Amino acid sequence: MQLNVKFFASLSEQTGLKEVTIDAVKAATVMDVWNQATTNMPMPENTLCAINMAYARPDDSINDGDEIAFFPPVTGG
Amino acid sequence: MTAVLRNEPFDPWHELARVEASLDKGKHGACASFVGTMRDFNLGDDIHSMSLEHYPEMTQRFLDNICDQALQRWQLSHCLIIHRFGEIKPGEPIVLTAAWSGHRAEAFEACRFLIEELKARAPFWKKETTATGKRWVHDSADK
Repeated sequence: MQLNVKFFASLSEQTGLKEVTIDAVKAATVMDVWNQATTNMPMPENTLCAINMAYARPDDSINDGDEIAFFPPVTGG
Repeated sequence: MTAVLRNEPFDPWHELARVEASLDKGKHGACASFVGTMRDFNLGDDIHSMSLEHYPEMTQRFLDNICDQALQRWQLSHCLIIHRFGEIKPGEPIVLTAAWSGHRAEAFEACRFLIEELKARAPFWKKETTATGKRWVHDSADK
């Protein structure tokens, strides 16, 4: 299962990742994707997740071709 | 309804006048707007500049969505969001939200809804430059 994974802002700096494509053989949830992409780095508290540009939870299921994103709390406006 | 992301300075008053001129005359009786401008201070420090990162496709989709919600919830003639990204200097506008309606109550409520939803959930992240370096802004809960 091919997934496009994006990291933004301070999470991009902490993980050293910006955008990666992973072959998620065993990934079933957003949390699994985090663990595989970051090689099991602990997920910082308050991390927000999105599937295909819609807010999601770490235990939400993923599908082939999904774009998964991780980012810190937002500070726009 | 329009939601626009800009990577260069904009004049919110000109943008409001441009929309006002484009609307049918006499069809609305109120326009409420909010303009957020970059401060040169935060948390006791002088701020020299700010970089505003966003998640382009999701941010556009989110802003379009809250405009749609506002139009469904209130009787509006039009609503507008303009938001900066990229490098921003103190004094420059960061965000404009505006709503046009028949009466002031709906315009005020819709305008407030747009800015509060945007601040709570739109995927933007501010990074400030101070005299001692750069730092991420962690809290947008200030009112």
